[in-house]
Amino acid sequence: MTIQAERPAHREKPRSGKPVASDRMRAEARLGQRLVAPAIVLMLLVTAFPMLRALYLSLFNYSLTAPDDREFIGLGNYGVALSDPLFWTTTGVTVLYMVVTVGFELVIGFAFAMVMHRVIFARGIIRTSILIPYGIITVVSGFAWQFAFSFQNGFVNNWLPGISENFNWFGETTPAVIAIMVSEIWKTTPFMSLLLLAGLAQVSEDMIEAAKVDGATWTQRLVKVILPNMRAAIMVAVLFRALDAYRIFDNIFVMTAGAVNTESISFLTYRQTIEQFQIGIGSALSVLLFASVILIAFLIVKIFRVDLADARQEK
Amino acid sequence: MKNKIGLPVGVLLILAWCLLPVAWIISLSFKSQTAITNGSPGFFPASGDGAGWQNYADVLANDQFRRAIINSIGISLIATTLSVLIATLAAYAIARLEFRGKKLVLTMALVIAMFPVVSLVGPLFDLWRAVGLYDTWPGLIIPYLSFTLPLAIWTLSAFFREIPWEMEQAAQVDGATSWQAFRRVIVPLAAPGVFTAAILTFFFAWNDFVFGISLTSTEAARPIPASLSFFVGSDPFNRPASLLAAGAVISTIPIVIIILLFQRKIVAGLTSGAVKG
Repeated sequence: MTIQAERPAHREKPRSGKPVASDRMRAEARLGQRLVAPAIVLMLLVTAFPMLRALYLSLFNYSLTAPDDREFIGLGNYGVALSDPLFWTTTGVTVLYMVVTVGFELVIGFAFAMVMHRVIFARGIIRTSILIPYGIITVVSGFAWQFAFSFQNGFVNNWLPGISENFNWFGETTPAVIAIMVSEIWKTTPFMSLLLLAGLAQVSEDMIEAAKVDGATWTQRLVKVILPNMRAAIMVAVLFRALDAYRIFDNIFVMTAGAVNTESISFLTYRQTIEQFQIGIGSALSVLLFASVILIAFLIVKIFRVDLADARQEK
Repeated sequence: MKNKIGLPVGVLLILAWCLLPVAWIISLSFKSQTAITNGSPGFFPASGDGAGWQNYADVLANDQFRRAIINSIGISLIATTLSVLIATLAAYAIARLEFRGKKLVLTMALVIAMFPVVSLVGPLFDLWRAVGLYDTWPGLIIPYLSFTLPLAIWTLSAFFREIPWEMEQAAQVDGATSWQAFRRVIVPLAAPGVFTAAILTFFFAWNDFVFGISLTSTEAARPIPASLSFFVGSDPFNRPASLLAAGAVISTIPIVIIILLFQRKIVAGLTSGAVKG
């Protein structure tokens, strides 16, 4: 109970704030590094190492069906991938998925956030319901929507006016892409709306009230006061969701298995490596996928000037 | 004030948006399998098309699906426990200690959270087969750890930063031993955060599909999402929709229970990590 008795515990719980000796600081630094080490090792083990391996394997003509014929071909695989129109159509489709779903999620999610922010009744029920799409397995969402759009067993054709009862949503690219997007938007809008709700809660009510007193209309208050003040929240939500949407895979796998040109870049990579055992070209696609995610993150951060310190809560 | 009617309409829209597809999959799970084969459009089972609990009985009688449930529960729980333990250490260090490389850890977590999972699957597939982790529980637990750690570290360090750590000293001044101070003061304060991180981690592991299909080949380790997607039935061109729906409903039950019990914590956890202006 005395200071002496406590000393061993100090190593585990050093306190800041007091004037500290440099020995103490060094011990603290060492402890800190030791505590984060397991997390760092684990995070790198399954990301950095396989990524470097992919980088290496992408330089070979290497297929698991003929592992002995492995041959160094330099950047050949990248040449093949980048000159294949399939690569560019899948990338185009993936960008389309990303832009459309994030756009819809932003608008619908914002509307939901506005309702949740204002509502004073049934908050528990709303919170519970909005978490269900968030928590539900993506594969389940994919099945639910695939069957809903099915002309044999679904209800969508019956409910939508102007659609023939026998319309096959999965027979052509455009309707199939729409069906996949619907599943994706349904599942992820709640996440978006919760992030936006948190941002909305930080907009000062006084400011909105002041704008109202000064005679600002509802639209003016929205555009001039609310939106600019929750810019950080919107941008972080867009960044997270855009990168997530660019990796779209589960819904495509379940709903169309990549048929009728609904394939995303993730799906193409998966098909090459896991289904066709083309490790060489698959690794090249992996590297390209990774590079494009970095590029998108960079573009979003640069174009919208996202402050990453917000995302890391360092402000 | 003008939107006195708008608000309830908005609430109804939110509820319909969230619950309609869920109601649909539940309704579908009660359509009989013959009705599905013959085609049975419509939201609710038509008269004579109902199957009662037959689909649920059939799904649960399926050996592969039963194994998948055990795999999913086991793998997700182990991954969640380990991830939260490791993340708690790291988050404690980040929230309370001064050391070099702190920023690096947070940045790294951010980068990994955005990593395109599929791009790792090829090399991991290759590597796991070489070291004998392919189609095993640890073979899935390890990647789940790597990808849930960022989420857990963010959530936890956000929570830990809010804890009034001086209370520990205060308790010691009042005569508590350091262990008592830690157990009676700090643990109760930190527990909600740890718990929230655990829920979010569990959701991730439960939902994972890419690793689940790529790194397993048999029911030895195949989790529910992968098992559902391989569940083709006798006619590959007309999948047994109502059976799949029953399986889907079963896989959603744990999620719904967790949400019903802990909705407040989940929302706090989801938003604490991402938005703090």
